[in-house]
Amino acid sequence: MRAPDFSAACPVPIGQYPHVLLAHGGGGTLMHQLLENVFGRAFSNPILDTHHDSAQFTVPACRLAMTTDSYVVRPIFFPGGDIGSMAIHGTVNDLAMSGARPLYLSCGFIIEEGLPMESLWRVVCSMRDAAVKCGVQIVTGDTKVVDKGKGDGLYINTTGIGVIEHEQIISPQNVQPGDVVIVSGDLGRHGMAIMAVREGLQFEADIESDSAPVHEPVLQLIKSGIEIHCLRDLTRGGLASALNEIAESAGVKIAVEQKSIPVREDVHAACEMLGLDPLHVANEGRFVAFVAARDAARALKILRGFEVSADAALIGRIAEKSAPLVVLKSELGVGRILDMPSGEQLPRIC
Amino acid sequence: MKFMDEYRDADLARKFAREIQRITTRPWKIMEVCGGQTHAIVKFGIDELLPKRIELIHGPGCPVCVTPLEVIDQALEIAARPGVIFTSFGDMLRVPGSTTDLLSVKGQGGDVRIVYSPLDAVKIAELNPAKEVVFFGVGFETTAPATAMAIYQAAQKGLNNFSMLVSHVLVPPAIEALMSSPDCRVQAFLAAGHVCTVMGYEEYFPLAKKYHVPIVITGFEPLDILHGVLLTVQQLESGRAEVENQYARAVCREGNLPAQDLIKKVFRVVPRKWRGVGEIPESGLGLADNYTAFDAAKKFGLSDRQVDEPAECIAGLILQGLKKPHECPAFGTRCTPEHPFGATMVSSEGACAAYYRYRRHDAAEMAGAK
Repeated sequence: MRAPDFSAACPVPIGQYPHVLLAHGGGGTLMHQLLENVFGRAFSNPILDTHHDSAQFTVPACRLAMTTDSYVVRPIFFPGGDIGSMAIHGTVNDLAMSGARPLYLSCGFIIEEGLPMESLWRVVCSMRDAAVKCGVQIVTGDTKVVDKGKGDGLYINTTGIGVIEHEQIISPQNVQPGDVVIVSGDLGRHGMAIMAVREGLQFEADIESDSAPVHEPVLQLIKSGIEIHCLRDLTRGGLASALNEIAESAGVKIAVEQKSIPVREDVHAACEMLGLDPLHVANEGRFVAFVAARDAARALKILRGFEVSADAALIGRIAEKSAPLVVLKSELGVGRILDMPSGEQLPRIC
Repeated sequence: MKFMDEYRDADLARKFAREIQRITTRPWKIMEVCGGQTHAIVKFGIDELLPKRIELIHGPGCPVCVTPLEVIDQALEIAARPGVIFTSFGDMLRVPGSTTDLLSVKGQGGDVRIVYSPLDAVKIAELNPAKEVVFFGVGFETTAPATAMAIYQAAQKGLNNFSMLVSHVLVPPAIEALMSSPDCRVQAFLAAGHVCTVMGYEEYFPLAKKYHVPIVITGFEPLDILHGVLLTVQQLESGRAEVENQYARAVCREGNLPAQDLIKKVFRVVPRKWRGVGEIPESGLGLADNYTAFDAAKKFGLSDRQVDEPAECIAGLILQGLKKPHECPAFGTRCTPEHPFGATMVSSEGACAAYYRYRRHDAAEMAGAK
């Protein structure tokens, strides 16, 4: 892909209006300026540049993966990322969970009137950089501007299409007793980074979001012939939700060990202070893999060769076909249920 | 993590458990008072390391659980009013009142905000002079100094748009109420370490003597709790009934005197209804006469009311240690954290929620349901 001919430090290309106006979504000259000078300029590629109502492209004759996700994170800039890079990483990661190579993305922007044009430009540049890094092209899009007070600055939706160039069946139903459970890195950083900025909490160390694309290590696992039975990215609800969803879909008991699960010390400390469980806290660049036991060591070695999954760890096994259940062995060696969080995690009183 | 992992060491935990096993000759029922301890016991599986003859009874020390339904209803009524910013600790938001909860009020347009300190609510009041800012002041002696400081600061700043719905409760009168009940099965107490950080433990000596019951001030990490149980069993087995301080790294006998002074300045001791238990004399804190201008119930003209608990809920028996959560027919079926009948299922420190979260599989097996 052609390297961008500008950097994020570029001046905002629409100088005369420092804030987004309703008219920027009104279909007239201002909207055309916004599309041309901001989105068109940042995302330029041959498919997008045709300016057609829909993008046209050819894909290899194989299975396709398609996914969509909406991003409403607040604030839109946070330590370690922003809503733009997250909107690329999240959708790329969803495609990667099918073992797909991500190719094309659409993106829809819902902008609240009054958003500083400079903020929009920063987000768009960040999306562009993330897309280049992930090897995907943004080929179609949409922009709406809503009245002040009717949005929360900026919402982004991205839909992604990827190609599945392997024969493995990666799905929850394929998880089998004996499979090992591997988590691709330390948990809880995204959720705690957002909480720290949103609630104005001061921790001793700056916790940065783990937002990152994970498709490269996943594709390498597949290329190396690792027998992957299921993949699931860890987002809201954290590891606990992901494991419970898989246990439910596959009808299995999953047994994991607390002391094998990587959690960084600062995240752990922040969670302890607020009464949260890092296993329930959101991530944006982590996944859990269910892999045939004989491939465990090789899978870990491959994952650890990538920066994004350098801290990959084997955390447990599929115990047996059974009523859906996730059991966690505590630090003291006693088993207990690892439950899905009930709604939003609420900080405890004391 | 430093200062924490040391207290979660599996080998040391097993050593404590073996020693407890070695000295235990008879069955003993020990109540951990604080919900934070209940949560840790169930989360780490501490009770499963103990000999079968030691039964831990989960006490009433969860402020979310014991806040009476009437007060929750008052909170809901205030939070739903236009022009009000209602601030609260996070885990009060899901507690069901008679008809709804604060999260739902927020969903319907109420300005309900989570704060991490009551002083944040004072800041919100300063920043929003045209709004009435109300803080939901709940908790034991542990949170009382911070709520007292919020009132004190609001008075110093002359804020007249700040008020507090106060439902603070006190631990020693609850222990007294439990011990004086003819149904009481408790033979010893693990007292709540953080309450004693503030209050010290002078108040427990008369209780230990009057009811001939060992009281061990205990921390919250697994080794703290196991150590607390060991000290308690040593006393029980040798027929002693003393006050002991396991949590010496955080608690001294006289407690935090400036914090106590502030509590005395801002609050006065009042009778308080405990959800599921009933009224206990001198068991709560209300605003002192000089600070009644900050009483949200008065400010918003809310009357005292009586509300009945859901008939099926046995939270009261659980809070008194007379029943275990899985002995309730509604547990895990009709009553879950998503659809709680009573507050013990709502707060993560509530005994029912802790059992549901960590134990419902065992509970189902125990009940023969699976």
